Amino acid sequence: MFPKPIEKSSPGVRIGYQALLPISLLFWLAPLIAVAIFSVKPAVDFTGGNYWGLPSTFAGFENYGKVFFESDMPRYMLNSVLITVPTVIGAVALSCMAGFALGVYKFRSNLIIFFMFVAGNFVPFQILMVPVRDLTLDMGLYNTKLGLVLFHVAFQTGFCTLFMRNFIRALPFPLIEAARVEGVAEWRIFWFVVIPLMKPAIAALSVLIFTFIWNDYFWAIVLTQGPDAQPVTAGITSFNAQFRAAYHLMSAGSIVAALPPVAMFFLMQKHFIAGLTLGAVK
Amino acid sequence: MANAALTDMRAIEPKRGWYKRNEIAITPWLFLAPAILFFLFYVIIPIYQSFALSLYSWDGLGERTFVGMGNYTELLDDRAFEVSLWNNFKWLLLYLLAIPGGLFIALFLNQTVVGIRLYKSLFFFPFVISQVVVGLVFTWFYDPTFGLLNTMIGWVGLGPINVLGDPTMVTYGIIAAGLWPQTAYCMILYLTGLNAVDPEQVEAARLDGAKGWKMLWYVIIPQLKPATFIAFVVTIIGALRSFDLISIMTNGGPFGQSRVLSFYMFEKALSEYGFRMGYGAAIAVVLFLIMLCFIAYFLWSMWKEEKVR
Repeated sequence: MFPKPIEKSSPGVRIGYQALLPISLLFWLAPLIAVAIFSVKPAVDFTGGNYWGLPSTFAGFENYGKVFFESDMPRYMLNSVLITVPTVIGAVALSCMAGFALGVYKFRSNLIIFFMFVAGNFVPFQILMVPVRDLTLDMGLYNTKLGLVLFHVAFQTGFCTLFMRNFIRALPFPLIEAARVEGVAEWRIFWFVVIPLMKPAIAALSVLIFTFIWNDYFWAIVLTQGPDAQPVTAGITSFNAQFRAAYHLMSAGSIVAALPPVAMFFLMQKHFIAGLTLGAVK
Repeated sequence: MANAALTDMRAIEPKRGWYKRNEIAITPWLFLAPAILFFLFYVIIPIYQSFALSLYSWDGLGERTFVGMGNYTELLDDRAFEVSLWNNFKWLLLYLLAIPGGLFIALFLNQTVVGIRLYKSLFFFPFVISQVVVGLVFTWFYDPTFGLLNTMIGWVGLGPINVLGDPTMVTYGIIAAGLWPQTAYCMILYLTGLNAVDPEQVEAARLDGAKGWKMLWYVIIPQLKPATFIAFVVTIIGALRSFDLISIMTNGGPFGQSRVLSFYMFEKALSEYGFRMGYGAAIAVVLFLIMLCFIAYFLWSMWKEEKVR
């Protein structure tokens, strides 16, 4: 193990390390802690210049209540859910199939198609922006959740296919051979042999894509406008315009907007990190 | 028994349909079809369309007029384009600091004391939050009247500085905000990498008297190569995709000094500054070509890997 395990050091170093941990964490998260404190302060603290003192009264319920009941925030949140969940399902389904095809079968253009997906996943969004916006307009899907979902599914398929294909490559191939010798149809092999083995990959990918799509901002402002279809990342800017300079409400709004992926991360931490670090170890 | 099975098989053989006989050859294409179609329509074809569009002048609604290389020659004299391009290089270079930064935190946290798992998750936390919120948080952090930064440097008698209002500092301020989640990402890659470091090699090196920097440089870092590669890929992509932070924190300002290509393109093509789709596409093409150098390198590395297998 590197660095040297701290248990093997002198007691002084050990205590020092234990003390350093919370302090460094405090500094690391300082900007965030500040916002969390802001979000439970009453409005008078800001007009009175009490920015960094303790909240004069705990106004958490009031502030968050305003966010939930007196703004468009719940709508934006719902939009985000209705955009994110179908995208996750669509992208994972498409990439399971594509990953299966590229991971199991040997055919001449296999690697070229695989690299097309990988390369496409790296391109800057701006090169797609105008044509994708036109396409969405032409289909009559501008400013709809469906328009956003379709694009996200397509774009995320690149990364997901890369992920799935590499995962399937690592599965024991004799299992598939054995099923073939038994005369099992190919689609049945996919459904009954491969899919059950891919469960960890599906879980990991779902959490990752959920976070990516929830946090998307660029496409939200390119393909939607207004509270009918906009997800929360784009909605937060209009929320902030509505409550200009009301820092306690803007802080509460930001925390609400950031919460779902955070909750997802803490609940599914193992899968999340497994997904993120796939390939970081040989 | 075996003989009976064989005759059985032969009896079935002619009855098998065309699909059955070609199953192995056809199945992959059936499985690939939906993904390829989606990808073609939303990613591959739009890239070509953008290239084509960059040769036209178009406001998004009316007729397109062909201007040839006109948009590109205009770029050459465009001061704002120059600033954006230059800022992109700053982003590329400084964003890479996330890699050593992440390694440093990973080394710091790679211990087995009580509660360390929680510390690791909390250090990783910034990456999970959307860039929009990170942008807002840092805007307030930098605020000249009440921001935490100025409060802190006020304690040592300095300040106040207006990071986001100062044309020379603004890009660095936004990059610092971007480094926060990116470092967390690199940290988690390295923590996973460190977990897989071969303990026998470390012990052997220790017996040979290697420690500290030497150990890190000659024994640990070579073993972290896959993690470093991924960290490099995601950091480069992240640097060139920077858009959210700029849009939220400064909207390109002050005086357009914090623009990067991705933001400038959006501004030209889709914001109140005018719908110059063709000109925007030309900017996007330049950004794409920069990215293409890296994509080619990534693919080349992956291709080498594939050949080894």
